[in-house]
Amino acid sequence: MSEVTHSARGGVRTPRNAATTDADGKEPDPPEAAVPRRYRDAGSARYFVRRIGFYLVTTFLAITFNFLIPRFMPGDPAAALTRKITQLTGAPPTPNQVASIRRFYGDPSQGVLGQYLDYWTSLLHFDFGVSVSNFPVPVSTMIMQALPWTLLLIGSTTILAWVIGTFLGAYMGWKPGNRFDSIFAPLTTFAHAMPAFWLALIVLWIFAIRLKWLPISGAYDPNVPFQINNVWFVLSVLKYGALPAVTLVFIGFNGWLFSMRNVMVTTVTEDYVLLARAKGLSGAQVLLGYAARNALLPNVTGLALSIGGVIGGAILVETVFTYPGMGLLLQQAITAHDFPLMQTILLMLTFITIVANFVADMVYGLLDPRTREA
Amino acid sequence: MFTGFFRNRRVQVGASILAFFVLLAVFGNLIIKVIGHSAFDVDYDHLHTPPLSGGHLLGTTISGQDVLVQTIAGARGSITVGVLSGVLATVVATLIGVTSGFIGGAVDHTLNGFTNVVLTLPSFPLTLIVAGYVSAAGGTGSQPALGLAVMALLIGAFEWPGGARYLRSQTLSLRSRDFSMATKMLGESMWRQVLVEVLPHLVGIISAMFLRAVVAGIFAEAGLNFLGISTQGVISWGTMISNAQSQGAMSYGWWWWIVTPGLCIALVGTATALINFGLDEVTNPKLRTANRSIVKRFERRQRRLAVEGDV
Repeated sequence: MSEVTHSARGGVRTPRNAATTDADGKEPDPPEAAVPRRYRDAGSARYFVRRIGFYLVTTFLAITFNFLIPRFMPGDPAAALTRKITQLTGAPPTPNQVASIRRFYGDPSQGVLGQYLDYWTSLLHFDFGVSVSNFPVPVSTMIMQALPWTLLLIGSTTILAWVIGTFLGAYMGWKPGNRFDSIFAPLTTFAHAMPAFWLALIVLWIFAIRLKWLPISGAYDPNVPFQINNVWFVLSVLKYGALPAVTLVFIGFNGWLFSMRNVMVTTVTEDYVLLARAKGLSGAQVLLGYAARNALLPNVTGLALSIGGVIGGAILVETVFTYPGMGLLLQQAITAHDFPLMQTILLMLTFITIVANFVADMVYGLLDPRTREA
Repeated sequence: MFTGFFRNRRVQVGASILAFFVLLAVFGNLIIKVIGHSAFDVDYDHLHTPPLSGGHLLGTTISGQDVLVQTIAGARGSITVGVLSGVLATVVATLIGVTSGFIGGAVDHTLNGFTNVVLTLPSFPLTLIVAGYVSAAGGTGSQPALGLAVMALLIGAFEWPGGARYLRSQTLSLRSRDFSMATKMLGESMWRQVLVEVLPHLVGIISAMFLRAVVAGIFAEAGLNFLGISTQGVISWGTMISNAQSQGAMSYGWWWWIVTPGLCIALVGTATALINFGLDEVTNPKLRTANRSIVKRFERRQRRLAVEGDV
């Protein structure tokens, strides 16, 4: 009897359903493929080489794209930059600096190919030019100050959101239609639809401005010496990072919850889950060891695809909380028309996305035993 | 194909909310005329008043402009950007995805490779940077601003890769089905094969994709505004939130100015998500056979029979 109702329930949602409500709207391959095409023979040396090749080509194209953007833009960014520097410092930039600007933002007197080679040369020397809004601080210095904060914020919140969402989703999908599920499903649909920065503003207003529980801006207490091995400094980092982190986790976990729930709903009707139950295993054992374990895979692959979206959310949230990471830096660069800074931040964010994708591809081979069969 | 679509409870709720906002966007100007003051009219007696006081249902902004009227006017701005960028993203995704999947070979290799590369780039920062360049071209020093159409174009231009990839894989599987082979054997032209045999099967997926792209567009427009790239000459929910933020609404506690437009965005997002649940059932007929209410009725009857001892 219970078998009948279960298969009927299971039919309500299939992985396709999960696919179209994916964390950030990026769809996986069709359900009929057992191992997604992208991960076929994952773990083998051939796969490794193929993925490395793909990401090298992607990196190459991303850098080329980065080179082309300012050259395709209306107006002459290089001339605008020179003007801006003159305006800011009261003196025109030295010929050396002009040459550097031209190298990044286009030089009408030189062929495109020559410019392109010059561009690569400076990149390989980690020379990204100097900031305009913070003239003449090198862009690389500013990036190195902001990057750790963003990596910390994005890294910790993405993992936390993933863990929370996946566990809650597994529980929700375990008995679809129960009270927990029927209350949370509409709630998370709504929560998932909230704009990140709007939620951040509300959180900021309630917890930092009204209740004054946590600081409004910054990433650490400026009165504490900046030392990583100082306990008070670490605590202040946690305190200052709490609000942005909570916001990002809240925005992130809803997507994971949904995708996990939807895969879970179909997994619980599988024969091996029924067998595990028939063996008399406890509910928790069946849930975690049999059903959730197998339903986990789409969420793992989703993690890599979601990084681009996570970065987008982090930019906005960092700006709201004046958190000194790449997002805030990017916002300041854009309002100040600081092209060198903008350009380098985009490049760095692209690298982060590519590395995250690469790691996820490598991990897939370890997780999916089907890739080791052949 | 769409039988039972509008009988789905979630679709009904979602479609009603969405219809409400679309009507608001279309007939907003009429409603504003009825209310009696325009979005920029200043009520000097009621600067930043809370909701329900001074004749302003949803309160006023710092300069005494009616929040309700601005929200109605903002519906048009936001939804226009969303729909324009959504149309662009969906058309590009369909063109690239279906072409790539249907033609195959070298064309597929090129298009699919291109799609995968763009998919790896973080789309929001990319849009932001290009928007930064385009808006800066107007001259340095001024507040970066973009026209509504340019805004939609930039947002849509980076939103298509996910959809293209999904449509490609769907087209690949459709192309290998028997009916596709049959039409091919009949000697039908490629156009007919694509338009009559393949595309109708993708209608559900494409509509769901379009709705998602519209919401993503509304989100992106609001986000860009918040980061300082404003939509020129138009009120949108995004410009409302960013104005409120930059004019100190949060620090002074004028929450109504920020909460209302954000809530509208969240509601439109929820509505499309609810509709997409229903569209999934259109796309996947297997889901339709197990209508939740039928299952419930079945279970109830089963339980009753069990209690009566007939089973």
